[in-house]
This record gives sequence, C-alpha cells and structure tokens, in this order.
Amino acid sequence: MLRSIFHHKPPETDSGSCAQRFCCTRIENFSVEYAGTGVLSDVNLHIHCGQLTALIGPNGAGKSTLIKAILGEIPHKGKISYMSGNGRKSPRPRIGYVPQYLSFDVSAPTTVEDFFLAALSNKPVWLMGAGKLRNRILNDLTRVRAEGLVARRLGALSGGELQRVLLALALDPVPELLILDEPVSGVDHNGLALFYEILDKLRETEDMAILLVSHDLDLVARNADKVVCLCDGVAITGTPRMVFDNGRVKNVFGEIYVPDENYQPPVFVPVKHGGDE
Amino acid sequence: MDFVYSLLDKAFPFELLSYSFMKNAFLAILLVTPLFGLLSTMVVSNRMAFFADSLGHGAFSGIAIGVLLGASSPLLSLILFSVIFAVFITYIKQRSNESTDTVIGVFSAMAVALGLMIMSRGGGFNKFSSYLIGDVLSIRREEIAVLFVIFCGVIVAWSLLFNSLLLLSINAAFARSRGIRSFLIESCFASLVAVVVAMSIQGVGILVINSLLVLPGAAARNVTSDVKGYHLVSVLLSVLSGLTGLVGAYYCDMAVGATVVLVAAVCYFLTLLLKPYFVK
Repeated sequence: MLRSIFHHKPPETDSGSCAQRFCCTRIENFSVEYAGTGVLSDVNLHIHCGQLTALIGPNGAGKSTLIKAILGEIPHKGKISYMSGNGRKSPRPRIGYVPQYLSFDVSAPTTVEDFFLAALSNKPVWLMGAGKLRNRILNDLTRVRAEGLVARRLGALSGGELQRVLLALALDPVPELLILDEPVSGVDHNGLALFYEILDKLRETEDMAILLVSHDLDLVARNADKVVCLCDGVAITGTPRMVFDNGRVKNVFGEIYVPDENYQPPVFVPVKHGGDE
Repeated sequence: MDFVYSLLDKAFPFELLSYSFMKNAFLAILLVTPLFGLLSTMVVSNRMAFFADSLGHGAFSGIAIGVLLGASSPLLSLILFSVIFAVFITYIKQRSNESTDTVIGVFSAMAVALGLMIMSRGGGFNKFSSYLIGDVLSIRREEIAVLFVIFCGVIVAWSLLFNSLLLLSINAAFARSRGIRSFLIESCFASLVAVVVAMSIQGVGILVINSLLVLPGAAARNVTSDVKGYHLVSVLLSVLSGLTGLVGAYYCDMAVGATVVLVAAVCYFLTLLLKPYFVK
C-alpha cells in the first residue's frame, strides 16, 4: 500500500515519455562512516520525480552527510541506483545542487553574471563578454525572481538572494534530480516562503525530483510530499502526517501541525494575455 | 629578435634603453608582469598567498638539486621541482583534514631546509645568494624567447582553466556537481603558478617573488567589482609597477625585483584609499 502512496503518478499529459525517463533514485542499505564512527547506517530511501522529499533531523544527524554521499563527495557503503518510470535502470540523472554554506571570499570582484558565465560558457569570463548568453541568464534569474540581481556582486547579496541565485544556476540546464541543502541562517521567513513557492512550481511544471534539507518544519509539513527524518542514524520515512505522528520524531521535535490533506491553499489564477499558453 | 630590438629603439628613444641588457630586462618585464597580474587574481581570491610564498621557498630545493645533479643552469630542475611540489601540496590539501596553512607550512619549511643543506655543503652558499635578490639585468637574449613561449602558454591555459577555477573558488562541491574535476583543475593552476615563479626567480629573487603574486590582485580588487575589471586593473598595475620599478632601479642603482614590489605595494595602498568610491 505504501508503495502506491509513494509511487509517482505520471501526469496524464505525458504518460508515454515518463516511463522511459529517469524517475526514481533508490538508496539501499546506505551507510557512511566518518573517521571510524558511523554517521549513517542502513538508510533506505526512494526519491521520486514530481515529488518534494524533505530531509529533516536534529543537528548532527547526518543530513548533509547523506547529501554529500549521494553527490559522491564522500565515500559510502550500500547501493544507490537510478530507475526510470518503467522500473528499468537509468543512467545517472543530471543533478542540480544548491549547497548550504558558501565560504567564498565575500570581497571577491565577481558579479552574478560572471558566476553564471563561468558555469554556462566555455569562453573565458575574464576575456569575453556575455553576448547571447545574457538573455539566458536573465531568464534563469527571472525563474527565481532574481532578475534584478544580475549586475550585483556575489559577496554583496543577502542570504536569501544568494540562495535564489544558486537555485537559478542549479536549474540550468534543467536537472532531473534537484538537491538542496537549505541554509540555517541568513534567510528570513519571507525569503523562505518564496523559496518554497518556487520549488512547488518546479515540481509541478518540470516533474523534477527534489530532495531538500530543511529546518523549517512548518513549511515542510505544508509543502513536502514525503518526509525523511534522520534520528540516531535511522531514517523514518513517510507522508508528513505519518512522520510527524511518529513517537520518535515527536520526542525530537514536539508536535508539528500538519495541514489536512484535503486542504487546498488558495489559488491565484493569473490573467491571461493572448493565447500564448 | 633584432627586429624587436630596433622596434624598441624607435618606440622608446631613451638613453636607458640604448643598452641591450636594459632592452632585455624591459622585454622580460613586459612578458612576465602581465602573467603575475593574471595569476594573482586567483591567488588572492583563493587565499593562496601562503601557497605562493611556499613556492618561492621550494625554489631553494629545486635550484640546489639542479646544482647537485650537475646541471649547468638549474632552471629545468627548478621548474620540475616547483611543479611537483605544487601538485603535491594540492594533493595533500585535498586528502587531508589538516588545515591548508599547516600542510603548506610543513612542506615549505622542509623544502627550504633541504635546499639550504645542499647549498651550504662545503661552505659554498655565497654563489647562490644572487637567487635571493634576483637580477633582471642579467637576463639573456635566449631567455626572452623562452619567456615569450611561456607567456603564450599561460595565456592559453588561463583561458581554458579560468571558468572552472572561478566556480571552484566559489564552492567546490557545487562546481563538482557540475562536472568540474577539481583536483585536475587545481593542479593545473598550481603548476602554472609554479612555472611562472620558477621562470622569474632569477629576475625577481626568492625573497620578494610571492608579493608579486599577491599585490596586483589585492590592489585591483579594491577598485573593481567584476571579473573583467579585476583582471584588467590587476594586469595594468602589475605591468606599471614592473616598468616603474625597472626605471627607478636603474636611476637609483638598486635591486629591480625589490623596487618593483615596493611600487606595487604603493599601488595597493593607493587603491585602498580609493576603495570606498569603487566597491559597493
């Protein structure tokens, strides 16, 4: 039964192509050891496309460790496999990654545009102009409502702005699996709400698998399709309601209000201009 | 080469450039200082000032080993040793949890000690002292050609490497998630710095060379806020300090390398005063 809850239902419009393409990241018996002590042991987890999977847990529970292991930054035991919609093995998907900390030099003379050009173009940024890429960069930034930041210096951005800029770049080229390590500090509540709103839209329009480390449990309860709680190296997995009702999770976080599943947030329908879409 | 010399005579009909050793020094500075300007942008952004310093120190060993092996000019052994030294430090830095400056400190001191041990054997250290201060006026015709090749090589390499280096300097994990091979790119960068340092040590001197890898970039970032401006100002300041230093040293009869560095330092303090008007 759980399988049917978690299994991705392909959107009716493109059910044909969905079976072929990457759809599920399967993590089996995943363990990570760090300097002889186990940080994570025996984690099993499926991350599906079209779903927002939130990774929560107390500090030091191994959330970032799990993400780094998935990215291949640190060695791990166990299996990670990528499956397509019809259950076949699929090659490693394109992964978009938004890191948690940026310990870069904040006084560096690097603008948002320089940063994008370095990632998107083979032409040396120090020698060549943006040219045709300028429009693509503006489009990328518009997607996360950061188009006004293109000429700003990276070091002069606020936490929330920097996070959106990184998200914009992680989304170009459009990834199949998006991994986000949410920053602990520096992002205010409005910034965070905007961030979730953008993710929500992406999940629907791009059918993307999103794995998100988060500390804002209320936002997780409201927005995630699936929650993974890492406590003492054990992963408790399920819908937000199931996880937040779990005794172990309650012991760590206390009561978290989970909105009714039938609750629909108010929808604002944009006014249509012409027949573009 | 003769064509270049006659061109110099026409373009700069000054008394000091009438000597051929001054022509060579002038060309050498024109070829080398832009490279220091380019490389220093990333040395400063990646906080590699100490690494640059250790490359200068590593040169002691490179020269000493070259002399020990009986090479007539220790340049080849110096370049080889510097590149291996640089790649080795990059490797240890990636593998170890130790902080970077500890790792560099250990190997830098070892390289100096090894070099001094070999050089001082039999009390013959004095013949190496020219490497400490450097002498750009002793650069020969053939060496200009080598410098020109290195100049072109570094420009090409910098064009290929820079974008990846910039991403790595902002966030290594992010860069790797976009398929950038961090060890390869960082090793190439470290080797590039090593080659340029090794080539210039004879002219600039071990004692002050690392400041040429720090000062232009440090000064340029005070007055720029994007990558192109950063590079342009850094290269211009580097060339300007080089030429001013050469002329100043000629008229006051001082070591060229030290004079160049002092001019660059003055540039740094001037840009520091201008910083509030440029960087937002």
